[in-house]
Amino acid sequence: MRRVYMDANATTPLLPEVVEAMRPFWTEQFGNGSSIHLDGQKARNAIELARETVAEFFNCHPAEVIFNSGGTEGDNTAIFGMLRPGDHFITTAIEHSAVLQTAQRLEKFGVETTFVAPLPSGLIAPSEIASAIRSSTRLISVMLANNETGVRQPVEEIGKIAADANVFFHIDAVQGAGKIPMDMRSFGCHLLTISAHKMHGPKGVGALYVRRGTPLEPLLVGGSHEHRRRAGTENVPGIVGFGKAVELAMHSLEDGTLVRLAALRDRLQTGVLQIPGTGLNGAQEGLSVPRVANTANIWFDHLEGEALVIALDLKGIAVSGGSACHSGATLPSHVLLAMGLDKVRARASLRLSLLKTATEADVDYVLSVLPEAVQHLRDLAPAAAGTLA
Amino acid sequence: MKTMNQPNSIAVAMSGGVDSSTVAAMLAHSGETVVGLTLQLWNQNRLAGREGIPDVPKGGRCCSLDDVYDARRVAMHLGIPYYVVNQEERFEQDVVRPFVQEYLAGRTPIPCSLCNNHLKFDQLLKTAQSIGADRIATGHYAVNEYDEKRGRWILKRPADQAKDQTYFLFGLKQEQLAKTLFPLGNLTKPEVREIARAHGLALAEKPDSQEICFIPGGDYKQFLGAYLEEQGERVPETAGELVTSDGKVLARHDGIFNFTVGQRKGLGVSSPSPLYVLQIDPVSHRVTVGADAELASDTLRAGSLNWISIPALTESMRVRIKIRHRHEPAWATLEPLADGEVLATFDEAQRAITPGQSAVFYDGDEVVGGGWII
Repeated sequence: MRRVYMDANATTPLLPEVVEAMRPFWTEQFGNGSSIHLDGQKARNAIELARETVAEFFNCHPAEVIFNSGGTEGDNTAIFGMLRPGDHFITTAIEHSAVLQTAQRLEKFGVETTFVAPLPSGLIAPSEIASAIRSSTRLISVMLANNETGVRQPVEEIGKIAADANVFFHIDAVQGAGKIPMDMRSFGCHLLTISAHKMHGPKGVGALYVRRGTPLEPLLVGGSHEHRRRAGTENVPGIVGFGKAVELAMHSLEDGTLVRLAALRDRLQTGVLQIPGTGLNGAQEGLSVPRVANTANIWFDHLEGEALVIALDLKGIAVSGGSACHSGATLPSHVLLAMGLDKVRARASLRLSLLKTATEADVDYVLSVLPEAVQHLRDLAPAAAGTLA
Repeated sequence: MKTMNQPNSIAVAMSGGVDSSTVAAMLAHSGETVVGLTLQLWNQNRLAGREGIPDVPKGGRCCSLDDVYDARRVAMHLGIPYYVVNQEERFEQDVVRPFVQEYLAGRTPIPCSLCNNHLKFDQLLKTAQSIGADRIATGHYAVNEYDEKRGRWILKRPADQAKDQTYFLFGLKQEQLAKTLFPLGNLTKPEVREIARAHGLALAEKPDSQEICFIPGGDYKQFLGAYLEEQGERVPETAGELVTSDGKVLARHDGIFNFTVGQRKGLGVSSPSPLYVLQIDPVSHRVTVGADAELASDTLRAGSLNWISIPALTESMRVRIKIRHRHEPAWATLEPLADGEVLATFDEAQRAITPGQSAVFYDGDEVVGGGWII
């Protein structure tokens, strides 16, 4: 059966160039970057070349790039590493759980957090962040783009607010990286997290930007790796693959890939919204707010979202609804709930997120299957919808 | 109506245990198109850390991560699609809440029957239909056959009498039975384990689970307290007197939910001869205790009835009645009452007829119907 993968915000496949770049580092060039000998030097050299690539991507100095295991570690390091008992922390209600649960953990240790709610459009209002600042506020953390809605947050304005208040600023850019040009100077952030596997790199590797002079305590200790900011033998093949993925992403930010992707997404979105009883999540009075090019989040009335995800999967289409809980069952998205959707609608929402390699034929296939699947579920709706009451 | 997915496919309710895993294996190997489903009913972490509840939950049946893991592994092994469907809200509303209310009202509920009657089969069929499967199969030990003459689906006791689960299935409606397969009905448990081994299922030796799936430790009183605390509710004041059947006050008790008809332990009074709970009065909160012989009663009333082998009870009928899971069905005469209730008169008095439990009526191996003891 044909399979169409429309869940790029969950993860992406490695591009062939990335696999090629990594290949020698599994076997021939297996050295430890900390070793003095030639094998170690080769590994060190590969790591530093990747660091320069990421620094170029960030528009920062290579010494400000710390390699780690990915988005969760980056978020954890930035937050645990900056906050001490008595500090106040500001973040938003629509962050990834790697941020939200870190804040919840810190509550036990005397760090109070303000969770700023989004506007119904999914945007965070910078004025809300500003009015949450207190004298004890030490850190603000806001995501660049939301994983569920794709809404792009006004981080530049928030960066200015943070600078004016003399507060540190972290950006979770896991979903934005590769889809939005990034510049640490114009973002005004002290810390920024990205992950390789969301941008056609390998899983288990990521990077944290740490502006020079930022008093960040490391999360992992036990070695002098990564400028003493992250102990542990470097994941050389992963870092090399990440470097290549970043290089390709920088290219695709400029070569029209995103314009093509946005047009494809718009065609998909328009087609889906022609189904009656649907609407876009992440919109303001019918006008769309700034969004990354690959994401559309759509609600469907009169059906059970979880059943739609399963029915589409059995038809060869991989999409996501809500967030997966520990067992793999679906919970209504905390992002959509925070935006003010009721539980029924939040549960009956689909996230379609396209790979950069998505084709017109992929969109055609989804548009040929989805309306019928929705209709089938709605035919059962009097019974099925009752379960949501 | 158009069926969008594989027509004639079967959704197997997979709990991660041997029985339902074997059903999935049997159907998949017989060439049926099979989809595995697990209903996620309760988050075992939910009450963790509350009063008396350990921080790290113990494993349980139906709702635990280990069981989902096992079910997923079986589905992978069989090469069938598998999904977990979140029904936590509905489970709380249809099973957990009523379970708590019943105890607070001095009755002794059966959550498995509440779940089967109100949630499990209804929801499995809905989910199955919505993903294009027209039938469901479960690992229950019961036989389900269509009888042309009567034009009805008949539920029967299984080959393995020790595993008989018909007591928990009396609430199934004809339209549910029509779409439900019980492939283990003619097998014994050892045979099922043998089939599981033959299909290479790693969990073939997994022990059976007896406990209530959302109370892994089995301490329902602890659960009531922790659940009500989480809900921001107080345990209602149901303390009262502990009296003998001739009205003598022996002591005071802390709440009627601590008692079950027939209970001997934990009464908090000493007596030369053993005392048993005879009756729990939800209004006066009085708990009556007495000797074992006083527990016997020769009638029961049941309501919220469901009929399976007959359309309705219109005249008296000789049946055997099971009044709790481990009870040997006893001969009785069943008579219809007004208000959709029945009166059963046993040939021999039965011990500890307990309000809140079910009474299931049998004619030979057939389930005639059943209801809830009032």
